[in-house]
Amino acid sequence: MNENANSTQVAVIGGGPGGYPAAFLAADLGLQVTLIDLELEPGGVCLYRGCVPSKALLHVAKLLSETREAANWGIEFSEPDIDIEKLRAWKNSVVRQMTGGVAQLAKRRGVNFIQGRASLLNATTLQIEKAEGDKEILAFEQAIVATGSRPATIPSLALDSDRLMDSTSALELNDIPESLLVIGGGYIGLELGTVYAALGSRVSVVEMLPGLLPGADRDLVRILSKRLEKLFHSIMLNTTVAEMEEIKDGIRVKLEGDVEEQEQTFEKVLISVGRKPNSSSLGLENTQVEVDERGFIIVDEQRRTAEPTIYAIGDVAGEPMLAHKATHEGRVAAEVIAGHKVAYEPNAIPAVVFTDPEVAWCGLTETQAKEEGRSIEVVRFPWGASGRATTLGRNDGLTKLIIDPDTERILGVGIVGSGAGELIAEGVLAVEMAALASDIKLSIHPHPTLSETVMEAAEVFFGQSAHFYRPKRG
Amino acid sequence: MATQFKLPEVGENVETGQVVKVLVSVGDTVEAGQFVLELETDKAVIEVPSSVPGTVEDIHVEEGQEIQVGQLILTFSEVEEAVKEAEPEVEAGLEAEAEAPEPEPEAEPAPARPEVKAEKPAPAKEPVEKEARPEVEPARKPAPAAPSVRRLARELGVDINRVSGSGPGGRISTEDVKNYVRQLDLKTEQARPATLEAQALPLPDFTRWGEVEREPMSSIRRTTARRLSQAWITIPHVTHFDTADITALEQLRKRYAKQVEAAGGKLTVTAIILKVVASALKVFPKFNASLDMANQEIVHKMYYHIGVAVDTEHGLLVPVIRDVDQKNIIQLSVELTEISEKARNRKVTLEDLEGSTFTVSNLGGIGGTNFSPIINPPDVAILGVSRARTEPVFVDGGFEPRLIMPLSLSYDHRLIDGADAARFMRWVTQAIEQPFLLSLEG
Repeated sequence: MNENANSTQVAVIGGGPGGYPAAFLAADLGLQVTLIDLELEPGGVCLYRGCVPSKALLHVAKLLSETREAANWGIEFSEPDIDIEKLRAWKNSVVRQMTGGVAQLAKRRGVNFIQGRASLLNATTLQIEKAEGDKEILAFEQAIVATGSRPATIPSLALDSDRLMDSTSALELNDIPESLLVIGGGYIGLELGTVYAALGSRVSVVEMLPGLLPGADRDLVRILSKRLEKLFHSIMLNTTVAEMEEIKDGIRVKLEGDVEEQEQTFEKVLISVGRKPNSSSLGLENTQVEVDERGFIIVDEQRRTAEPTIYAIGDVAGEPMLAHKATHEGRVAAEVIAGHKVAYEPNAIPAVVFTDPEVAWCGLTETQAKEEGRSIEVVRFPWGASGRATTLGRNDGLTKLIIDPDTERILGVGIVGSGAGELIAEGVLAVEMAALASDIKLSIHPHPTLSETVMEAAEVFFGQSAHFYRPKRG
Repeated sequence: MATQFKLPEVGENVETGQVVKVLVSVGDTVEAGQFVLELETDKAVIEVPSSVPGTVEDIHVEEGQEIQVGQLILTFSEVEEAVKEAEPEVEAGLEAEAEAPEPEPEAEPAPARPEVKAEKPAPAKEPVEKEARPEVEPARKPAPAAPSVRRLARELGVDINRVSGSGPGGRISTEDVKNYVRQLDLKTEQARPATLEAQALPLPDFTRWGEVEREPMSSIRRTTARRLSQAWITIPHVTHFDTADITALEQLRKRYAKQVEAAGGKLTVTAIILKVVASALKVFPKFNASLDMANQEIVHKMYYHIGVAVDTEHGLLVPVIRDVDQKNIIQLSVELTEISEKARNRKVTLEDLEGSTFTVSNLGGIGGTNFSPIINPPDVAILGVSRARTEPVFVDGGFEPRLIMPLSLSYDHRLIDGADAARFMRWVTQAIEQPFLLSLEG
């Protein structure tokens, strides 16, 4: 083995929610690990510019919306006084606290963290351009590429203006614009739109497709849409942005499609049309690593690329681009490197949209089952029948189970409603454990909680729900 | 749209192979069924047909590379409509490969597969293996097993989709996986070689004593090494020696050589011995049997397929000649000539190498006085033939020059006793010395 100080057993490129857990587990499994990231501390997009700051702000948004709703219950608050500086500082402190914690954990495990930009020179060597400016060559036995993704752009709508934001700049929270256009009705656009709407912006959403949240089941989205229609100034479906032009006090936007007012002006515009994998300028061309036409690195079940010494995980290794999927993949790759015979083979990857209400699903969706022509049975428990939802004043929810009619096995779970993101974990466990509808029905759920909706949905399958009367068909 | 062609399953228990030759180049237009790759597997070099038509855009493998079933071989740029169902077609392609691997040079119909159905012939493949495996995971119902159970299965090398669950809704438990493995162990005729290989002794640093060069083992060499150490360790071998006087036989051989040559074959001692052995196997059925230790049974085969060890520049190959008892010596000579040629040109198919009930290894062409061959499992015996030489033999009160051929029979002492072997060898040598016995007793 190389006696040189600049060598490592495992090099992890990218310190996000895929990279750092991979590095940590590899270290826990007794390997010598170097973790390389552009930032001062590990954390990646998720901690710095994604999940974490957005959730901090969404928490504030929910608080604001609840104070407004409290009027219905006889509690009147005066209009909130929003100190944007302080809010931003708090959000940043949340991020710092978490990245600092991760850095500490890296140190305690003996993971060597290097701040810099890594690029591969060949299958066993990489070069790091350090933040201080000098370069370092690092030989490795195995590498895990976990470079993540970045916001996708629309070249035809490129505009060199502070008024045009992507998710990163939107999370910086430089100001609260009077009006905001969100281009793209996916989860990022809806979450950030929710934040800005709660803080007082007049938010419009434009979506090319006929519905919000493409990919999610329509019955779940319908319940969210109802509330968003009140929160947002407008939701323009089947509509695209044809042109944008910066004018004195905003951006003039030309819209095409199912929209009456074809020219509208917004103080700011947020582009949230998806994310693209960070697979270029990584030196992959110096290796046998293969990349598909969308830029994702091609990996096998072990997350190994076509280059046997190099693994890839997380957003750069394919859809769904979700932090928890990256974490799981990272752990699989680390175990494979440590010599364990394992594979990435989840049956359920939860997806959560942190709007209000939240939308969450896992396993098979109804949409997917329909596309594949699979026979399924779907049971729904509306939250109008949930005691806990009523006490919260939030009956706008639905819990549904996708069930295999032959075995009565739970194949998928979908939930919309307050706290759906927390509730979906039970669904993941049910799908992964191959639970049957009767397993859920026979497991005592605490009362009064929203989790009872999962149990009662299973009861609906047998025509036996206490709070939702519907005799079993057939 | 680009289509990917991945290495299909090319034979039973074949998971990897070494690329010998890529038969297409970037830009070539390939038809479905056209051979695109020569692959050296454990058992033979086979030609892999593409399951899809199209123009080759990219080649992802290179010569000498070790590749696995499912590994990407080619990307095609244009493809016709039919390609949508790539997976099922791969399977179809596989079948075509297995059934008609080579244009048969023989005018005669290919030797029939074992027809005797006294015992159920083991299915060539489990039907499950034939099922097209969908590329996209969610398209199949995930196996009803918890993540911990799926992981256990993987560690044990079991495809979780083949395990049937005993729980509600067919849920697969840890116990189900373990039971499946137990069943599998019972079915496996031979012990797993992994433990044997693990016992490889540590090597010294040879460079201490001089220059060395290292060369990777070819897959034929690896298989030979694995199978022979397996045979050596599991089978209690005994070798029985005898000699046959082939003076008369040699005269007959020379007399009929022309006739056989006219038929397209070469009349060799091996061809004659094949015929003799097939007759001997009928008289001594134990030598045509296999041992099923797991079920404590002796498997008697009602067919006589004899493997012939062929020395090729790439290593030892043992192609099998089917139904030797039903063919005459001319037919055997022709077939032997062809199959040896195929083996040397690495054109034998996996099928050509399977199903032997006995093996003959003739080193007479090279020399030596005697050797003890190692049994080719699941056979229970192998006949070694060494070079015949003229020796003075005491006949009727005087020495006569006679052509004497040494024979050595290695047998599995678990099934065959020493006296059985001695009788078998006496019968073989006498039949060689007096070919009339073949018609009389064989």
